[in-house]
Amino acid sequence: MGKVLMKGNEVIAEAAVQAGCKYFFGYPITPQSELVAYMARRLPEVGGLFLQAESEIAAINMVYGAAGTGVRVMTSSSSPGFSLKQEGISYLVGSELPAVVVNVVRGGPGLGNIQPAQSDYFQVTKGGGHGDYNIPVLAPASLQEIVELTSEAFDIADRYRTPVILMGDGMLGQMMEPVEFGERTESELPEKNWATTGTRGDGQPKIITSLELNAEALETRNEALQNKFARIKENEVRYETYKTDDADYIMVAFGTVARLTMNAINKARQQGLKVGLIRPISLWPFPEKPFLETRDRVKGYISVEMSAGQMVEDVRLAVNGHADVDFYGRTGGVVPTQEEIYQKILTVTGGISV
Amino acid sequence: MLEETIIAGFGGQGVMSMGQLIAYAGMFEGKAVSWLPSYGPEQRGGTANCAVVVSDEQVGSPLVTYPSTAIVLNNPSFDKFEPLVSPGGLLIINSSLVARVSKRSDIKVIELTATDIANDMGNVRVANMILLGAFIELTRVVSCESVIHSLKKVLSEDKHHLIEVNKQALNKGTSMISVTH
Amino acid sequence: MTMKTVFKKTNGLTDNPTHYCPGCTHGVIHRLVGEVLEEMDILEDTIGVASVGCSVLSYEYFNCDMTQAAHGRAPAVATGVKRVLPDRFVFTYQGDGDLASIGISEVIHAAARGEKITVIFVNNAIYGMTGGQMAPTTLIGQKTATTPFGRDESIQGSPIKVCEMLATLDGTAYIERVSTHDVPHIQKTKRAIRTAFETQKKGLGFSMIEILSTCPTNWGLDPNESLDWVKENMLPVYPLGVYKNKEGGN
Repeated sequence: MGKVLMKGNEVIAEAAVQAGCKYFFGYPITPQSELVAYMARRLPEVGGLFLQAESEIAAINMVYGAAGTGVRVMTSSSSPGFSLKQEGISYLVGSELPAVVVNVVRGGPGLGNIQPAQSDYFQVTKGGGHGDYNIPVLAPASLQEIVELTSEAFDIADRYRTPVILMGDGMLGQMMEPVEFGERTESELPEKNWATTGTRGDGQPKIITSLELNAEALETRNEALQNKFARIKENEVRYETYKTDDADYIMVAFGTVARLTMNAINKARQQGLKVGLIRPISLWPFPEKPFLETRDRVKGYISVEMSAGQMVEDVRLAVNGHADVDFYGRTGGVVPTQEEIYQKILTVTGGISV
Repeated sequence: MLEETIIAGFGGQGVMSMGQLIAYAGMFEGKAVSWLPSYGPEQRGGTANCAVVVSDEQVGSPLVTYPSTAIVLNNPSFDKFEPLVSPGGLLIINSSLVARVSKRSDIKVIELTATDIANDMGNVRVANMILLGAFIELTRVVSCESVIHSLKKVLSEDKHHLIEVNKQALNKGTSMISVTH
Repeated sequence: MTMKTVFKKTNGLTDNPTHYCPGCTHGVIHRLVGEVLEEMDILEDTIGVASVGCSVLSYEYFNCDMTQAAHGRAPAVATGVKRVLPDRFVFTYQGDGDLASIGISEVIHAAARGEKITVIFVNNAIYGMTGGQMAPTTLIGQKTATTPFGRDESIQGSPIKVCEMLATLDGTAYIERVSTHDVPHIQKTKRAIRTAFETQKKGLGFSMIEILSTCPTNWGLDPNESLDWVKENMLPVYPLGVYKNKEGGN
């Protein structure tokens, strides 16, 4: 299969289908509605099922039911709808059910608007719903990367029995780029012997639940969850660096903003400014390693986000006082331009150094 | 080569498909491309625009603030994007619908009465293709052949009978530039 | 001398002792559901969905695969299960707070879609687990922790009649309201549950059995008084009977 030109939202859907996801429960919301529509058309072709739920709450609970039977299942939404899914996401974590949840982030808080944003960073990386938990979050920056990360999201979900969030923004969802769907490499994944499919032929009744009324028993269960999160932190960190080897200043950005930032970096490099980029691909677990490796030799970091400053907190934790940490962000659906980012670089670095 | 184009007009004028045609054509020619639409309520009859980037290297930003070319199909689009065209850039105006005159001397300005010409050709809806033909002739960012090939992708199958008239309009646009310039 | 077995616990229930209060009819209803599953020989092909409320732990008691749903969401969870496994039997077990208050949207839409699931809806006109607050099905004048002066129609509105409401939807195939206040009615309840699962087996659509039940603890009555209270106070507001029978033509 050669290259095809598709919208980001459609790429997520097609990549999910190719990853073996046959079930999708969703509810329309801009700017991710193309994903829902694509699934409605595409899933019957592969013998799967698309169902439009009556609400995001119902959709995530249908996902919970389907995930409990052991199939690959997905739902998607955008910020206000994603908030409604938090209840179900917390239950998926507590009951240890694999699923992939897409958040095509838009401007908030409240109804906000439908323009691109990254202001759900706290929500996706720090829990979101109730209880002690983290969820792996993958943030692609290009449509080709969506193909790869959607497939990985399902593998991570199955490997650790956890929901995985795929986070994009309105720009990524709406834009078109050429993509190629290559052959998927099948990962070796644990058998789903916990699935509730009826007991015929497989022994004692199985129970899927997040309830544990005994405090000590729940604590034990939480410890097991925390151990799992530690394993994920160990194995599932993803990031990319760009021109950091000789950098005096390192920009930090994810998703589409990383691309804008890269352009600004190239412009700064033309002016002789040694600037690089760390692009977290997994937002949780947050990539600490590239910061540990650079924080004692660079002058500072600049986090660029479509938010009022959320990821910058994780940057500060990773840098831990070893260097300056600065921030540039736009909110409410305003996308920072590469010119603005370039100006920020000039301000922080003290300008042209040649 | 890096061509960052913004195409803007009313919803329904075919600005989105113009952008998609350039993106498809670029892809067929092995170039890196991106297409980014404005979206939302403004799609419904208001002003719509899309940004297309065609590049020899991987596309950094799909978002275009200062386009190398702006193609404007109505007054609000002229007002918004005329000042943003980067110096040395190109502004293509559908002067059938735009009643403004650019005062900029640092860019190339092309005015085409695309809607009138399309009317004369018997199909007002191909005005966008006339403008696109002019754009291609002026920038050579993609070839006409690639755009014609792309029509099959952008037009749904029940509209493939319109490929011929679109092709004619595209050629009309190119010839108008090659004659006058 | 060998003893003859004259009564046996159904295999449809596990050996776990239930946590239900003395005099509560949840235990009876559990047993009826378990017996039906066993008699139809579908225990191994059934996935039950537990809800939130007094029956939150029902997954400990039904002897089949069970999933625990969030408050009110059991019909959505059951939809997910049934759509993936259309040849299995899927039921939800929900109380009145769970189904008629927080989960009314999920049950209406599951019914409207004609989901081929069976809903066991236990209506005792009060929130039990949380300590006796007003439910959507609480009667006018009934005192609860949150209606200390009795439910006042001008303030809290009137009881929701779920059977009557869902019967209006084309997706519903079998809807019946039954009661557990005496033995003949308990037997009738079992027949209704059986019909609902048979409806699911035939793939006719959504089935729900609303079962009038007791809450001696929160009603402040002894078990016998509670049974009388169902008969005297609930039956006039919630008339028993079949509200929808697609097969039977109504």
